[in-house]
Amino acid sequence: MKTLADLNAIKERMRAQINNRAGVDDSKDIRVVVGMATCGIAAGARPVLNAFLEEVSKRNLTNVKVTQAGCLGMCKLEPMVEVFVPGKEKVTYVKLTADAAKQIVAEHIVNGNPVLKYVIGNE
Amino acid sequence: MRELSLNILDIAQNSVKAEASKVEIGILAENNLLTIYVSDNGKGMTKEFLASVTDPFTTTRTTRKVGMGIPLFKMAAESTGGSFSIESEVGKGTKTTASFVIDSIDRMPLGNVAETLTSLIMTSPQIDFKLIYRVDDREFIFDTAEFKTLLEGIPIESAEIINYLKEYLDDNIKIVNGGMDL
Ligand SMILES: Nc1ncnc2c1ncn2[C@@H]1O[C@H](COP(=O)(O)OP(=O)(O)OP(=O)(O)O)[C@@H](O)[C@H]1O
Ligand SMILES: [Mg+2]
Repeated sequence: MKTLADLNAIKERMRAQINNRAGVDDSKDIRVVVGMATCGIAAGARPVLNAFLEEVSKRNLTNVKVTQAGCLGMCKLEPMVEVFVPGKEKVTYVKLTADAAKQIVAEHIVNGNPVLKYVIGNE
Repeated sequence: MRELSLNILDIAQNSVKAEASKVEIGILAENNLLTIYVSDNGKGMTKEFLASVTDPFTTTRTTRKVGMGIPLFKMAAESTGGSFSIESEVGKGTKTTASFVIDSIDRMPLGNVAETLTSLIMTSPQIDFKLIYRVDDREFIFDTAEFKTLLEGIPIESAEIINYLKEYLDDNIKIVNGGMDL
């Protein structure tokens, strides 16, 4: 059972983190955008979104923002995700699963190497 | 959609797209009827548009010519012997309601409501989401506006907070369910 004490502990930890990040330019953050229209949701966008969150949280990556977009225009390729690393070209991933999302966090977001087998055009 | 909670996520995305600042989700089960509504204070729809909104060829999307969210939700409800309605007013907002006969074999399970809510909060943290979850006379209400004051400025969309919320919501939903998942 989650209690208010648990929340207070998290708040304390987060405050320290936020102080550490004071002055960090958040325009340098990495953005992960998940397609969340009906086509995306029906194809499995929710578990993909949650896998990104879990992995980002497990690795304590404070420079990653996970957000949503509507229909990215290619419903057959959903779940689709776009990853924006500042200074690099956008990478579009298609037909993702929760496991693929975790791999993308490890290899692309942490180590800077896009996971080519899920990149659009390679599927 | 394999879970009604995915329909809820999808219908709430309509509210996000309509630029709502407040979205209320009701999940109410009583007397073999599960009523789900999503109401928002977004930009609303005109009478003419509303009249054809359950038609798949009605959409304001530009990436494709069909809008499936509302027709799917309506079908999911009506296939159980339940009902569907949508009310809207330009500049005021929209309320979409679907009722499902609980013991119908055609009814999809509700699924993971906590994850639907955290998905919405994480991707649209600026919106205030309220959940009213009721089974018979047991009720759980969660309001991100209240929760944000508790957070004292810590972003609600931070991964740790979202993880906390997922468990917190799940715990409370289970209590209201009283041992029987919907
Ligand atoms: N809450 C709302 N507020 C304002 N307009 C809405 C709302 N819900 C639906 N609409 C309008 O109705 C249209 C049809 O909605 P529907 O969910 O069926 O399809 P869609 O959102 O266009 O596409 P899809 O759901 O397939 O991703 C939308 O394009 C939008 O113009
Ligand atoms: Mg929709």
